[in-house]
Amino acid sequence: MDPTQLSLVQAHAWLSSRQISARELTAAFLERIDRLNPRINAYITVDREGAMAAAQQADDRFRNGTATPLTGIPIGVKDLFCTENLTTTCGSKMLARFRPPYESTVTRRLKEAGAVILGKTNMDEFAMGSSNETSFFGPVRNPWDTERIPGGSSGGSAAALAARMAMATIGSDTGGSIRQPAALTGLTGLKPTYGRISRFGMIAFASSLDQAGPMTWTAEDAAIILQVLAGHDPKDSTSIQAEVPDYVNTLVNRLDGLRIGIPEEYFPDSLDGETRHAIDEAQQVLRDLGASMVSVSLPHTRYAIPTYYIIAPAEASSNLARYDGIRFGYRCENPEDLKDLYTRTRSEGFGAEVKRRIMLGTYVLSSGYYDAYYRKAQKVRRLIARDFQDVYTDVDLLLTPTTPGTAFPLGEKKDDPVAMYLSDIFTINVNLAGLPGLSLPCGQDHQGLPIGMQLIAPVLKEERLLAAAHAYQSATPWHQRKPEL
Amino acid sequence: MTYDPNYETVIGLEVHAQMVTRSKIFCGCSTTFGAEPNQQVCPVCAAFPGVLPVLNRELVSMAIKTGLAIQGSIRTRSEFARKNYFYPDLPAGYQISQFELPIIEHGQLHIVTDDGVRKRIGITRVHMEVDAGKSVHEGIQGASWIDLNRTGTPLLEIVSEPDLRSAREAGEYLKKLRSILRYLQVCDGNMEEGSFRCDANVSVRKLGQTAFGTRTELKNLNSIRNVMRAIEYEAERQIDSLESGGRIVQETRLWDANLNTSRPMRGKEEAHDYRYFPEPDLPPLVIARERIDTIARQLPELPDAKAERYRNDLGLSEYDAGVLTSSREMAMFFEETVNRGAQPKAAANWISVELLGRLNRGGMEIEQSKVTPERLGRLLALMQNNEISGKMAKQIFDIMFESGGDPDAIVQEHGFKQVSDTTAIAAIVEQVLADNPLQVQQYREGKTKVMGFLVGQIMKATQGKANPASVNAILQEKLTG
Ligand SMILES: [Zn+2]
Repeated sequence: MDPTQLSLVQAHAWLSSRQISARELTAAFLERIDRLNPRINAYITVDREGAMAAAQQADDRFRNGTATPLTGIPIGVKDLFCTENLTTTCGSKMLARFRPPYESTVTRRLKEAGAVILGKTNMDEFAMGSSNETSFFGPVRNPWDTERIPGGSSGGSAAALAARMAMATIGSDTGGSIRQPAALTGLTGLKPTYGRISRFGMIAFASSLDQAGPMTWTAEDAAIILQVLAGHDPKDSTSIQAEVPDYVNTLVNRLDGLRIGIPEEYFPDSLDGETRHAIDEAQQVLRDLGASMVSVSLPHTRYAIPTYYIIAPAEASSNLARYDGIRFGYRCENPEDLKDLYTRTRSEGFGAEVKRRIMLGTYVLSSGYYDAYYRKAQKVRRLIARDFQDVYTDVDLLLTPTTPGTAFPLGEKKDDPVAMYLSDIFTINVNLAGLPGLSLPCGQDHQGLPIGMQLIAPVLKEERLLAAAHAYQSATPWHQRKPEL
Repeated sequence: MTYDPNYETVIGLEVHAQMVTRSKIFCGCSTTFGAEPNQQVCPVCAAFPGVLPVLNRELVSMAIKTGLAIQGSIRTRSEFARKNYFYPDLPAGYQISQFELPIIEHGQLHIVTDDGVRKRIGITRVHMEVDAGKSVHEGIQGASWIDLNRTGTPLLEIVSEPDLRSAREAGEYLKKLRSILRYLQVCDGNMEEGSFRCDANVSVRKLGQTAFGTRTELKNLNSIRNVMRAIEYEAERQIDSLESGGRIVQETRLWDANLNTSRPMRGKEEAHDYRYFPEPDLPPLVIARERIDTIARQLPELPDAKAERYRNDLGLSEYDAGVLTSSREMAMFFEETVNRGAQPKAAANWISVELLGRLNRGGMEIEQSKVTPERLGRLLALMQNNEISGKMAKQIFDIMFESGGDPDAIVQEHGFKQVSDTTAIAAIVEQVLADNPLQVQQYREGKTKVMGFLVGQIMKATQGKANPASVNAILQEKLTG
């Protein structure tokens, strides 16, 4: 069997029993990347030497008995996690040649567990986008149909994994950037509770919403990676100081007694019919596993997009002020004076979508507009969070579609920002409320494109999400479908 | 320009005090002053992509101390905010500060006005924030150097109410505030190095008028003297302008200490919309009541309380108590001198007259004095025990001040030992009386003035070492006896 087709759990078994060495496994993935990446454009940087050196160390750990479940596992990391001495671009011309002198907590933890980092995956510029078309390094193509988008902003992580150019990938999710591309490429994507995984060294888009998470073939693989990444980090004051439960040993095959809420606001008339049908069928599977379905309401759902598009750009406009051409990153040629240096560096270094959001954010924070926009958005954000708190007194989880439809063609929404923003309509409120959410495949449309569904849990109940997803995957084949390449 | 008694000046001060934490506010970099440029910088304070701030706990304790010392209310939940503006020495493009919910509000301190009256000056708020780096324009053509060593150094911004009414009051307020911060050992108060900076908001109004006039903000005031001069200049400028039918423009003005004048900053330099919003990288700062109580118990005795104790318990004058508590170093010097056996009043007198007089003439600080409190205490003890005379003490003090040295050693070396042995003195008195029968005769006939002459002869015979009190007593006895 081709080792690139193994799940993480299977690969660990092969490595443990010396059926394959970490170097052979890594070499197989690097070979596949060489073959497929030119078509998919999922990776911005492939770190062959680093990966082979890490694989060598992984083999040593298997020999000396210090291997972990992630040791020797080839992983792709979204190119906004800073990796020491390895170019970290954030999908932008601004950082096209930026080599961080420090390591993000996410990649440090992966490396300490013995994972092999194959390279840095493509993404929407500064994680701003839902189709991976805003990347300075060109669009990523969906392995299920290379004329379609893979979703964004973690589009490279999704496509790399869907095309088996990694055994798992790491993404980040500010408004759906893990779950939406996972849905559009047939993967399991987990956005943990805000603060569950350290943001240190993860290049910021919107600080109060950003959260890293794993993208995998199965919920079980996601549990294994979350186990390594979760936990308080003294370098991130917003990371949560709660104990990390055992995510792997709490996985179950039955869901007896589990109450799943179906929020009516997430099933509007405009919802794609095939998606609606796939979720109806998924509900039946979940019932068969012992769960019960409860109709619920989240009345402030419709304020998601306007609230998000005030808060996220406001924070982004400030977070991106540091790209001024002075200490690192792109700098314009021959600046005349300070103003010229700022203006041209930022005009030339940022793409259109980033500039749009910086202007939006600057506007809503401006004197005279702050109360009308930012302060009001923060109030609505609290109402949205309260909606969820209220329903969790009656249900354990929520089930919704992840996206309004399946993967759309490249270029279709590129020049229509509002249509593009609407593709995150079902995922955004989870970020605004700081909750954990997971997308997993639950069907296909008439063209064979994957359909995803989203499970949403209360704060810090990731194990509940993973257990339900694992039970569902034990009973269904959707997560095993692979694109023809 | 002349001072117009029909107007009163209204002043509020904003002080930026650098806190003496060992590391910067949000990273582990050192805060030592004077390092080579950009040697105390890391990815966090240089605002590299993806880094996050972690608040320095030591700074919070210093802010709490300051809040308690100015009798302010300390918020158990305060919040950081971002103040956004572009400048090359502000790496993140925003300053992390506190805006809507500062750590301290409603404080106060007391100054003594020109009329000797104690006056309360309100302190609106105190908040924590980061300092920016430095732009250096010298030594390079068509460009600037950026030094980020100071970037991320913690500051407390201390904002007074507009309660000050003269340049002198403003000076007194700054001296008192600086002294409190130094007592707390949270700020070194060095204005020249920029660790204690002040901006002044100044307006004038006709006496009796209740509404405030339009104010201007004065910047670039790098000494208390400059603050006072700039305020005086500004008040006169505003009065002259109003008297000649003009009106005051709300603006920021830069003080030029060389030209003794101020000029308005260009509009571009001050037109900022800071777009404040809560800092999402730092959760709200929650302070436990117990932490405040613990710090309150450890608070040192502050200048006002100390001065009161000096007056009431040690019997010092208002003036001496004020001088000796004006700085923590001075008060410590005084208390140590007393601990070494000096009487408080004598110690106060010697420190404020002899020591400070000489230090001021030499432009020195008390920390530079070669006369240590241990040595001064010993010197005064020798005098009190009649082992040396007051005159000798001054001579010894001069030697100690110039060359250092221990008073006992100086007494030994220079033979300053006072003779207090009454038998020895009596023998010398007998001798002097025998040598001067004429004067003895005159004294006994009522011309008591010759007493002085006789004392002089005795002192001469003992080379000034005889205890004058003993000499007087024995002489009196022999003459009348
Ligand atoms: Zn630093």
